[in-house]
Amino acid sequence: MMREPVEDTSTDQGVDPAEVMAVLDELGVGPDSDLISILQDVQERLGWLPAAALRGVSERTRIPLSRVYGVVSFYAQFYTEPHGKHTIRCCRGTACHVRGGQRVFGVISDILGIGEGETTPDMLFYLETVACIGTCFLAPAMLIDDQCYGELTPKRVETILESYQVK
Amino acid sequence: MKRIETVDDLGRMREALSVPRPDEVVIRVCSTGCRALGALAVCDALDAEVASRDLGGRVRVVRVGCHGLCAGAVAVLIDPKGIFYKNVTPDDAGEIIAQTVIGGEIVERLCWSEDGQIVPQRDEIAFYKHQRKLVLQNCGVIAPASLEDAVAHGAYQGAAKALSEMSPDAVIAEVLESGLRGRGGAGFPTGRKWQFARAAAGDEKYIICNADEGDPGAFMDRALLEGDPHLVLEGMIVGAYAIGAAQGYIYVRAEYPIAIEHTILALESAREAGLLGENIMGTGFDFDIEIRQGAGAFVCGEETALIASIEGKRGMPRPRPPFPANSGLQDRPTNINNVETLANVPLVIVRGAAEYASTGTEASRGTKIFALAGKVNNTGLVEVPMGATLRQIVFDIGGGILRGRKFKAAQMGGPSGGCVPAEFLDHPIDYDSLQEIGAIMGSGGLIVMDETTCMVDIARFFTEFVQSESCGKCVPCRIGTKRMLEILTRITLGAGELEDIDRLVKLGEMIRESSLCGLGQTAPNPVLSTIRYFRDEYVAHVVDGNCPAGVCKALATFVVAPELCKACGLCVKACPVDAISDGAKKILALIDQDKCTACGVCRDTCKFDAIITSGAPDDQTNG
Repeated sequence: MMREPVEDTSTDQGVDPAEVMAVLDELGVGPDSDLISILQDVQERLGWLPAAALRGVSERTRIPLSRVYGVVSFYAQFYTEPHGKHTIRCCRGTACHVRGGQRVFGVISDILGIGEGETTPDMLFYLETVACIGTCFLAPAMLIDDQCYGELTPKRVETILESYQVK
Repeated sequence: MKRIETVDDLGRMREALSVPRPDEVVIRVCSTGCRALGALAVCDALDAEVASRDLGGRVRVVRVGCHGLCAGAVAVLIDPKGIFYKNVTPDDAGEIIAQTVIGGEIVERLCWSEDGQIVPQRDEIAFYKHQRKLVLQNCGVIAPASLEDAVAHGAYQGAAKALSEMSPDAVIAEVLESGLRGRGGAGFPTGRKWQFARAAAGDEKYIICNADEGDPGAFMDRALLEGDPHLVLEGMIVGAYAIGAAQGYIYVRAEYPIAIEHTILALESAREAGLLGENIMGTGFDFDIEIRQGAGAFVCGEETALIASIEGKRGMPRPRPPFPANSGLQDRPTNINNVETLANVPLVIVRGAAEYASTGTEASRGTKIFALAGKVNNTGLVEVPMGATLRQIVFDIGGGILRGRKFKAAQMGGPSGGCVPAEFLDHPIDYDSLQEIGAIMGSGGLIVMDETTCMVDIARFFTEFVQSESCGKCVPCRIGTKRMLEILTRITLGAGELEDIDRLVKLGEMIRESSLCGLGQTAPNPVLSTIRYFRDEYVAHVVDGNCPAGVCKALATFVVAPELCKACGLCVKACPVDAISDGAKKILALIDQDKCTACGVCRDTCKFDAIITSGAPDDQTNG
């Protein structure tokens, strides 16, 4: 997967570099830190990995920024862009696929007007697919944040999405 | 929990904890897999009922792991009578306590039913009757968050025996003799692997538990870590002792939050009780385990990529040799076993190699856990002896195909595996027999497919998966799978040609021979196996312009069969694009082909199989 190169921190919209540094302080990022674990922790706190965070991690762990970015861009779990309030993870596992998962994804994408890896303009939803969420008995299934929805039909998807839009 | 200072302490503790209490009713609620459907709320409601009726000393609600029969989620087992309730909601709590626990009566509506008959006893349900639960024997029984409960059910007995009575070489000999083979995919003998790591030069060695269960459609490792984490830790302790490792890692994929939570709890309690750390159970053996979370890369299931990931690098495989047994994590001798393999180890040690080997086939000993899903009635987690047939798994245990449709194939082994057609339903399944017919055991995902599954689409689906998960390091995998995907896509769009089928075979064989790691070497399997058994379907796509299963949208037209339609209107309501209208005089439904997107919802909805498909839309314009 190709990603845009890390830009200067000035493009980190709405990110306060001081807040980023405070998080790194709190997590005790240092030369002995395990890179992937630390990136996971930072992302959990900030919601994504702004360039300022990658720079900070690189400086403190003394791992070159190029290597830090290499790791970030390799693993699907890391985000270098801010995400919508709710993350929709549409399962594309085999069981979901044979029971209409593709259809479910199409409906979500149509309703929200976004594709995989995109956020709605109102920043409410981020849409991605995952290889399998292990709830094959509920196929086709999706996760919205930590809530799992199963046995989806196009009509049910519509209702579920509406319930979030109202909130 | 009190610290276990000696091996005898463990035995005494087990005796003290496992005193039978025949008067006590234990309500076991699956709170792992079933959590998605509100299992925790069910637990809370049951707890509240127990408290409000003052049944505290007599009735216990236990949050357990997977019961296996996921089709019945939220699943509840009431012991000692062994009553199984399905699809339980918090509203059922009062009735369960009043009627079943106090009154001793069955709540019929919550019982599993077979052929119109209710089956209240768990052990009488066909799904359970035909299984042989050895590795999963405590999954769904013990509370995974409680070390005491695990010890009461025999946990760490194998570790105690190995550490106090056996030499490392004797442990390896036992595992070798048991015939245990790696459950992660390739089926390499576990004892041999341990031998290599033990023989490797070096003072510091590592053992890694591979819980990066990335195959879509596989969830047995997740269920084991969620439901019986101490069993896996025990297997690691025995393995570490055998090869001489002082440090272990469990690499779990981040998509499994409950497995991570339960593993962390298990590690903490085991450490506190002296089952991990220095001088385990007073035997002088030191060993500890750390957990590492994956970050979403399928390729990290490959050993060398997994090691790179634990080292904090991009998870890219490297050529072997050197094998991890000689040079793995931090260039030190490293042994990697899959979760289910390690969960088998305590069984081997406690029961002895001979008894362990009495289950299974000549070359594949013991049992295998399958994650049964797809178009089958009883989806769930299944453990059977090696050598069981597909028919036993899909029909006897799985209850047959959804809506009584016809079995077409079982996809086994995920993206590295293949599709096994109906002609092999009675073929005994073990490592070698599956290889012969072009599939692999893989980790144990088993997806059932019926006549409405398109085999070309399935091949395209898996190729798309491996293509996006290819790490990009070697050319055959990176570019080869891309080209295969392009060819498959054009076939599903109706733009393929007959030569494409042979191109796929040629390309597939090339990728298999020349890729660097297991991901690339096995990536063509789903394509090659579907061409081998379902070539007709490929031909139908490219020559007739027809997707016989009605899945590939460009090659399918949905029409209503007048003789079958009962004008019930269900499809009219279900259609997302309002393409179906009630026909004249409410006799039949009619599909407006201009609006229809061939999504297939109507066919899934129709109770009378009155929606049928035919070839490409173009052929139908005047028809």
